[in-house]
Amino acid sequence: MMKFRFRRQGNDPHREKIKQDLFAFNKTVEHGFPNQPSALGYDPKLQLMAIGTKSGAIKLYGAPGVEMTGLHKDTSAVTQIHFLHGQGRILCLLDDNTIHLWEIVQRENRSYLVEVNSFTLPGRPGIESSSATRVTVMLLKLSCNLLALGTEGGGVHFLELPSLTLLNRSLFQDQVMQSLPEEYKCGKSLGPVESLQEHPKNSDKILIGYSRGLVVLWDLNSRHVENLFLGKQQLESLVWERSGNRFVSSHSDGGYMVWSVSCSKLCTHEPVSGPVVLFSGGMPRASYGDRHCLSILQDSSHVTLDFTSRVIDFFTIHCAEPEQEFDEASMLVVLLEEELVVVDLQTPGWPTLPAPYLAPLHSSAITCASHISNVPPKLWERVISAGQLQCPLNSYENWPICGGKNLAPESKQKELLLTGHEDGTVRFWDASGVSLKPLYKLSTANIFQTDCDHNDSSTQGAEEEWPPFRKVGCFDPYSDDPRLGIQKISLCKYSGKLLVAGTAGQVIVLVMSDEKSDHMIDVATVDLLQDREGFTWKGHDRLPPKSGSVVFAAGFQPVALVQCLPPAAVTAVTLHAEWNLIAFGTSHGFGLFDYHRRSPVLARCTLHPNDSLAMEGPLSRVKSLKKSLRQSFRRIRKSRVSGKKRAVRRIEPRSADDSLSGVVRCLCFADTFLKDGTHHGPTLWAGTNSGSVYAYALDVPSQEKFSERNVEALLGKEIQLMHRAPVVSIAVLDGRGNPLPEPYEVSRDLAKAPDMQASHSVLIASEEQFKVFALPKVSAKTKFKLTAHEGCRVRKVALSNFTSVSSEEYSENSLVCLTNLGDIHVFSVPSLRPQVRYDCVRKEDISGIASCVFTKTGQGFYLISPSEYERFSLSARVITEPLCRVEVERPHDLSDNSSCSTILPQANGTHKTQVESKPSEAEGLMEELRSALSSPVLGSPNSSADLTLDTTGELTMEDVKDFLTTVDEAENNFRNMAEEDGRPPGILIN
Amino acid sequence: MVTIWLRVSLQMAVTEDEITQSRLGTQTPLDPSPPYNPWAPRLPRSPALKPVSSFNNRDCPEHSRGPDTRLMKFYSGGLTLLPITCSSAKNLDDFKPFPAGSLPRKKKGLAGLRQAPQKTKTGLLISLPLDFRQVSSIIDADILPETHLRVRLHKHGTHKPLGFYIRDGVSVRVTSQGVEKVPGVFISRLVKGGLAESTGLLGVNDEILEVNGIDVAGKSLDQVTDMMVANSHNLIVTVKPANLRNNTIHRASKTSAGNSSAGSGGSALSHDSAPSPASQNACQNSNSNSVAEVESDDDTDLIIENDNMLSYRMTNGNGSHGNTQSSGALRSLPQSFSLPSSSSLSSLTTPTQNGSPTKTSSSQESMREDGNFITL
Repeated sequence: MMKFRFRRQGNDPHREKIKQDLFAFNKTVEHGFPNQPSALGYDPKLQLMAIGTKSGAIKLYGAPGVEMTGLHKDTSAVTQIHFLHGQGRILCLLDDNTIHLWEIVQRENRSYLVEVNSFTLPGRPGIESSSATRVTVMLLKLSCNLLALGTEGGGVHFLELPSLTLLNRSLFQDQVMQSLPEEYKCGKSLGPVESLQEHPKNSDKILIGYSRGLVVLWDLNSRHVENLFLGKQQLESLVWERSGNRFVSSHSDGGYMVWSVSCSKLCTHEPVSGPVVLFSGGMPRASYGDRHCLSILQDSSHVTLDFTSRVIDFFTIHCAEPEQEFDEASMLVVLLEEELVVVDLQTPGWPTLPAPYLAPLHSSAITCASHISNVPPKLWERVISAGQLQCPLNSYENWPICGGKNLAPESKQKELLLTGHEDGTVRFWDASGVSLKPLYKLSTANIFQTDCDHNDSSTQGAEEEWPPFRKVGCFDPYSDDPRLGIQKISLCKYSGKLLVAGTAGQVIVLVMSDEKSDHMIDVATVDLLQDREGFTWKGHDRLPPKSGSVVFAAGFQPVALVQCLPPAAVTAVTLHAEWNLIAFGTSHGFGLFDYHRRSPVLARCTLHPNDSLAMEGPLSRVKSLKKSLRQSFRRIRKSRVSGKKRAVRRIEPRSADDSLSGVVRCLCFADTFLKDGTHHGPTLWAGTNSGSVYAYALDVPSQEKFSERNVEALLGKEIQLMHRAPVVSIAVLDGRGNPLPEPYEVSRDLAKAPDMQASHSVLIASEEQFKVFALPKVSAKTKFKLTAHEGCRVRKVALSNFTSVSSEEYSENSLVCLTNLGDIHVFSVPSLRPQVRYDCVRKEDISGIASCVFTKTGQGFYLISPSEYERFSLSARVITEPLCRVEVERPHDLSDNSSCSTILPQANGTHKTQVESKPSEAEGLMEELRSALSSPVLGSPNSSADLTLDTTGELTMEDVKDFLTTVDEAENNFRNMAEEDGRPPGILIN
Repeated sequence: MVTIWLRVSLQMAVTEDEITQSRLGTQTPLDPSPPYNPWAPRLPRSPALKPVSSFNNRDCPEHSRGPDTRLMKFYSGGLTLLPITCSSAKNLDDFKPFPAGSLPRKKKGLAGLRQAPQKTKTGLLISLPLDFRQVSSIIDADILPETHLRVRLHKHGTHKPLGFYIRDGVSVRVTSQGVEKVPGVFISRLVKGGLAESTGLLGVNDEILEVNGIDVAGKSLDQVTDMMVANSHNLIVTVKPANLRNNTIHRASKTSAGNSSAGSGGSALSHDSAPSPASQNACQNSNSNSVAEVESDDDTDLIIENDNMLSYRMTNGNGSHGNTQSSGALRSLPQSFSLPSSSSLSSLTTPTQNGSPTKTSSSQESMREDGNFITL
């Protein structure tokens, strides 16, 4: 009888203490560019920049590493941001017509952003409709004690700061109308207030611009109209000259006007000489209406910056001395929808300046990512110097936005994040600290002949064009050839060898070189179908490699190109630089290639005979899409009739002939025991979508004989997981249960040698369960059936090393797993006992879950938007979070007496709220509560982990086919039977 | 522990592709006489009989109490048969390793793939125990509240699909605050010819409470789907059957009618089983099926339980009129009595209950009170 064991475990207080020292979940920082920015603000005194987003977040940036984030309770777009200069206070106007006051507060010697007050403009009952009180513009007086609000209804209201109390001094349109000449009135309203500007010399006067074109200079003290400017064009914005003698108005027709205050007449259309005039838009609609432009005019110089995404807002960084006649802007900062561009206005030619943060990760869509922790200094320096050749201005010394102090300690380890992109590039990012800095960009497109090669000449002819456009920014969402997309990356950090694989079955081996080179690339093709007949590939062609030699700059230079046939997207790669071997897999099979001798070693087809879908490339899915569309329409029609829409699920086990069962999901090299318990040697492991695992024994010649002898591969074992779930990951553990070290780690004395005395084991993680098998017999040792217990499926797994907070000496290896429900489970290795569970990603956020990457030290990254990585930490010790301080001076401090206890470190609305509190605050009861909440696995009797292999309930045993040891009678019979069934001997029945 | 074959639907598979079904009334399905084994001449060897369902009724407290509601469910419904599948293994060399391999589960790994040693009992037309493969069973009847049913489906080795669909729905729970509506997961459809349908143990609108011992409360439909698929080789679902929730007069009368006929069938079977060596073998065989699950495989146990079964049947059959009322009343209990399984566990598992009628009756009364209260 199936025994339901209601075994309670995890109540050992000692173990609980260790777990607290090892594991803690924190979302620490967001890397990249905020998704959908909607507002920009700048404080020249504190030198801080603020960006508001459509999801209601405000993000503060200063010097690199100085980052603060605040999230409004309502996810309403931030439409305006104003700093109270020098006070560390920010006013935000939200799309829901609320005004929020935020303050930078100091706590435990670090700064946070906290909301302290909010205000909603009350409607005048009966007189103005609710849309009339909608705030269109805000003017924050330089004295920072008064806020003027312009509304849709044309009224101007005044608030006292920082208390946000409405003063009884509102100015309504009828008051202004009285002083208007009759011929201007013509019975029409003035329209909403479009602009409010404070007089630069006389702070009692403000300029009010109405939508219809009227501009009024209003005296706040005497409350009368000082001057009227009867504009006739629909107004867009106003700006003062420093002298206060003139102001400029911009209009919807694309023009701007300069007004003289004294004569209240339009004085000139011509740009004044001397100063720089900046404006966005204003392009002739018919020809350039679709462009996103910002023009810079100075004397005879004129440049129209042509961006790839919409201009949200811009500001200049200029000299703050009031005596100067002009602003003397030194830098122009433009916030675009997809990136931040900074233009140096003091250097001739107005070059752009690279930003040390807000990197546009998505300049081409991210297709994959890989994290390398503890990068050796040698490789680090070589990558940096290669990057500096590409972009000489890679130092951020003259970065203008440099407020605040970064208190985070310099990270001891260098970490690299590699992102693969749709355009065939691999970008190297410095992920050691809070700000993700671009280091180096590798392009793989130049070794192939693609259509984009010929397009370069066409752009040359545009010289004579007016206005003088200049392409600025790197956001380029259009890929030249989707086949170039990078699917998998593997880097050997000790040897500087890189393996990159892409959508058209291309597998490229690259070697780090400090010298420029001009060489041919060795091309090999590997037929993964082998002799399988009856299959024709309907997908895309392979990428034609360039013939002849290609010039490569210093950096990673390709040495060998392997092209899989059929050219399906590569689904798994692995690299063993010490053995000079690479392995790669697609939906058809996997191959092994010796890149030293440039010779294929092995090709193995994993296709199931019934699998027809694997032959269709991604492009020919149209057919099945059509079919599914038709079906869904039918379903809709049906459900309309019944009137009820009900979710129904069919309960059937996975069958062997599911489509795409042959997809190779993971590959792994290991020096372990496959043949017998006494001789270890190189092995290759491959796992497929249908729960098959193939283990090959490799005969790798010694270092000296690499050039003479071929590598040989011999099939050692085949394992068919009974539940047939896709194999997500395979790892070999040494005699002490530790993961085997990386190549070169042992031979270069960088890691402790693995225990080769005791028996090794292999950890196979499928989508449904984890199992540890003893080697070489492949007998199950421990297991955890995640899906059977929790109803969730494994999406990402990694082996991580967790170091205790209380002692650097104590660390444990754990299996970290992200499920399809977006939660993270941590298991001990090799006992596979559940340790902790945290909610991480919303389960609806499929791309977030798919993009997750774990580090070897218990951190991770996932995409919260196409342009942002959320960094999180599972380790109580290894946490990379912003630690910064901004000194502020402000008179009345609101934050002290306000109840602002919750600090949300998350800026994006896509997060699950954690029930947890900071571990330092949680004690006693709180701690118990927390562990109960975070690890229901341990508390609930229903989810007992039956770790010992229950012989009676064990029905999901795996079939292990042994090719190396002597086969006994039963197995002979078994194999015969398999053959009788008309199946190929390689595929097992259960 | 007893294996009950009542109103047996006999499926005899002569060859792999030829399947015939016959319905037996009072006759034993195991009777090797010609009318019920028309294929005998064509068979070179004995046909392998495979019981599809077996009922583990060991220490069942309700049993000693009188009519068993769960059993009655299976008498009552026209479709709720406990079928037996008989299929022949023409020759043992052909024999697929897995159907038999599922039986001796003490053997692990490759050992399970080996053919079990053949007991050659010539002269019998019934094939060997190892040819039998359990397909489904009711388990833990002794520890579950009577409104619940724990069904085990053995997908293992069959090519039949599990064959059911689940859906989201609303379940009514009785709590201290009163009746409360909570989301639940229900069986929405059974596929014709599928394993779930052929066992007759699961029905449309049965609420799924547990999957392999894990409470599904609070889990999404997709999670429950994944849990079931992950356990599909040995799926154990605890359900709250839909027809045990409802109690209508119409049903009660139907039940009584079903009871009488089924009772006679049952008695006939048990009478027959005693002398016939074939059925003895079958009993042994069914016994050996459950050996893997239940530790004790005492033949005497089986006989004693069988006698109990018989007497219960008889009384039920004799007083068919008078008993209908009481059985109807009894059946009304579970509908409203929805204790969480854990709380009822302690009270029902006490072994003393087994033999003492006083105690059970008192508990029945208390239940009835509960039931009356709740059915308001």
